Amino acid sequence: MKILMKGNEAICEAAIVAGCKAFFGYPITPQNEIPEYMSLNMVKAGGAFVQAESEIGAINMCYGASASGVRVMTSSSSPGIALKQEGMSYLAGANLPCVIVNVSRSGPGLGGILPAQGDYFQMTRGGGNGDYYTPVYAPFSVQEAIDLIFKAFDVADLYRTPVQMVADGMLGQMMEPCVIEPRAAINVDKSWATDGNSGKRPRNIVNSLNLSAEGLEQMNKERFARYQEIKKNETMVDNRVKDGDEIAIVAYGAPSRVAVNAVDELAARGIKAGLIRPITLWPYPYDVFQNLPSSVKNILVCELSMGQMLDDVKIGVAGRLPVHFYGRCGGAIFEPAEIADAAEKIVRGGA
Amino acid sequence: MATTRILFSGFGGQGILTLGQLIASIALNKGKEVTWMPSYGAEMRGGTANCSVIISDKMIGSPITSTNIDILCAMNIPSIVKFLDNVKPGGQVYVNSSIVKEPIDRTDVEAVLLDATNIANKLGNIRVANMVMLAAFLQKTDLFTFGDVEEVLHQRFAEKYPQLAALNVDAVKQGLEALA
Repeated sequence: MKILMKGNEAICEAAIVAGCKAFFGYPITPQNEIPEYMSLNMVKAGGAFVQAESEIGAINMCYGASASGVRVMTSSSSPGIALKQEGMSYLAGANLPCVIVNVSRSGPGLGGILPAQGDYFQMTRGGGNGDYYTPVYAPFSVQEAIDLIFKAFDVADLYRTPVQMVADGMLGQMMEPCVIEPRAAINVDKSWATDGNSGKRPRNIVNSLNLSAEGLEQMNKERFARYQEIKKNETMVDNRVKDGDEIAIVAYGAPSRVAVNAVDELAARGIKAGLIRPITLWPYPYDVFQNLPSSVKNILVCELSMGQMLDDVKIGVAGRLPVHFYGRCGGAIFEPAEIADAAEKIVRGGA
Repeated sequence: MATTRILFSGFGGQGILTLGQLIASIALNKGKEVTWMPSYGAEMRGGTANCSVIISDKMIGSPITSTNIDILCAMNIPSIVKFLDNVKPGGQVYVNSSIVKEPIDRTDVEAVLLDATNIANKLGNIRVANMVMLAAFLQKTDLFTFGDVEEVLHQRFAEKYPQLAALNVDAVKQGLEALA
């Protein structure tokens, strides 16, 4: 049955239905509906909810819960996610699954509470210390956020990695019709878990410390082999570019909805544009830029930042086409007409 | 109309977000695509509040209606000052005339005046002024019917507060009478 739900609350309900048994968080706008919803409904579902003393406390509680083998989630917003980076590095180092939701805001520093996409580098380039990545999902609708939460828990378990989801105040606060139904559970071996199996098997140790160079190098190589599998199996993109389109607009997350309107507006102006919407920011769908129709002569990247995903588009395009950028930041959100104007200027020349 | 872009605006506490949610729920009941997007941030009772509702037959892009508004539902003066210019030519402005005394300073939009706060006061509960305003949607659009409103109020209130469902239905009826 379709219900009307806020993005933040839908993320929680999907997590509970996906079997998340523990949530640890700390308040920050614009993600506060998440701990609020979890404080009531995680407990009703028989799970654990703790409002931690800080973001750092919360992410380390996730480490402990995950090590015991349960599905666990935390959430925060940009500056709070920055505080969690140490814990995320430890999770990655200890090969622990965990879902981290970033309902991002504008920065740097404490910044503001309005939508922005300035956390792209932090989310897609590791963020904490050491050699690691985390898969990053960027939904653009409430329903997609639900679908990707199920996916995030599965991917975290399958590849033993922390997984991030990025939303913003727009997606978190908006209501849309959506369906939250149980999905087929994946079968994952968690025989590594420290679940108190009193002497019936060899002792499990969950740790990221390894003082032997050979040992740690081996651990990192094994992790990167899993990253190769993630790249092969889990890369997601919504590619709406059709044969005949003159320009491809690249945008992600809730702000890409403005680009959807801009494509319509450009059609009304007689310009054929197509949207490329990366759904995973890591692994990034670089391949999509290798197979564009020959009609596409320009790429326009639109972000609510000074240009961060722009770097990945340039890597994907590899110099074959001009890559342009239009962005707003600080909490300002582009209007469809702004994107359409930028695209029109490029297509008609003069940009 | 394939897509209707509505902005509800007023003081915090006037039921702006709730009215938007009710209309979004009606749209959902009718199988439409719909988005509801509140202003959020350092909002407070007595401060300003607004929410965007977009109802469509097709997938909705941006949920924000800062421009190209089809219907502005304005419960106070700051709402008119801030948003009147963003209403499309040919659009509609539903005005809570209990509070907004100034004339609507545009000739290319249709102004619909409703003495909403006073009517709600007469019903004994100032908080249903938002439901009086809802009557304007019934009178001026074919987005939904009175039956749709009764259905959604029943869904919302029937279990816990049946008397509130009746009060809200009354407020809509009073609004319709005032517009008749």
